[in-house]
Amino acid sequence: MTMMQQLTKGFWKENPIFVISLGLCPTIAVSSSMTNAIGMGIAATFVLIGSNLFISLMRSIVPDKIRIPVFIVVIATFVTIIDKLIAAFSPALSASLGIFIPLIVVNCIILGRAEAFACKNGPVDSILDAIGMGTGFTLALLLIAFFRELLGEGKLFGHVIPFFSSDPALIMIMAPGGFIIFGLLIALKRHMDSKGA
Amino acid sequence: MTSALISIFIVAVFIENFVLNKILGLCPFIGVSNKLDSAVGMGTAVTFVMLMAGVTTWAIQAFILVPFKLEYLQTISFILVIAALVQFVEMVVKKTAPALYQALGVFLPLITTNCAVLGVALLNIKKGYGLVESAVNSFGGGIGFFFALILMAGIRERLDVSEIPTTMKGPPIAFITAGLLAIAFMGFSGLV
Repeated sequence: MTMMQQLTKGFWKENPIFVISLGLCPTIAVSSSMTNAIGMGIAATFVLIGSNLFISLMRSIVPDKIRIPVFIVVIATFVTIIDKLIAAFSPALSASLGIFIPLIVVNCIILGRAEAFACKNGPVDSILDAIGMGTGFTLALLLIAFFRELLGEGKLFGHVIPFFSSDPALIMIMAPGGFIIFGLLIALKRHMDSKGA
Repeated sequence: MTSALISIFIVAVFIENFVLNKILGLCPFIGVSNKLDSAVGMGTAVTFVMLMAGVTTWAIQAFILVPFKLEYLQTISFILVIAALVQFVEMVVKKTAPALYQALGVFLPLITTNCAVLGVALLNIKKGYGLVESAVNSFGGGIGFFFALILMAGIRERLDVSEIPTTMKGPPIAFITAGLLAIAFMGFSGLV
């Protein structure tokens, strides 16, 4: 696999959300607006890059039996760093993401990549994998948030969009809208894949 | 006092249901809701772990992190405690009830990465609950999870035998069903 493929596989072909279905809780919970989606995407990508790099560097010295607790401590350290950074530089984002920032610790994408990729590959490949998967996660969040914010509030990034803003369907930015839009999008992705194959 | 606790419980189970309102713990909600028996097992195990985790993490926050000004270690310490707790529960269940242990199988270790468990621990601290309130809120959250899981499993057993377009089979239809369930649960708002 070339470096380019290593980087881009997460964008679409092995997209962590739509194909592997990992990390669903933050996906649906924070995708109610584009701004939240970007914030969550960047935070998760930062944690993913940090944890993939460190786990890849430590992979030969960590005994197999205790690898999961070690991974979790590494991940939790990076989550604490990003949590404090967001709280300091963007209190509004910190307030709207709420407990979903500390909950990045239990996001299956990050532990999943550590277990499936970083503990078997070198640091360069692991960073590329992390950037690819993080970007794929962010793109998926943005796609869901695009529909939810447009239909639910008639806005994009907080800017009012004419026509959609006249009578928005509020349900779309609440929990049920997230479930339904997400269900329709994975059905669409499957449909496109089955056409292509 | 009692009525306040009852209202915390009802809010946790119905109005702010962990799965359908707060969107926590989706992986097991979608993954383990294929069959009713496994849903019951998973729901019971999660409820128990949530109650234990809610109480333990409250104690850690109140007696260790706050007195020593170590609040920034909250995320790390909570996740380690939960992981240890799940291991402990696994060992106890294995010794005392081997049949239950067999039935729960792989679901037990997976509870560590269930975000409802860490979520309830963080929410208890955030809302400033005391020990008893934390316990009631955690237990209510677990029951709410149990309830949502069982409802979903019941619906999905019916979905299996109905005609669904191929692209919608499995997860897509499960999410749309969850969305409709969540709309139904919105009817509970204003109950307390």
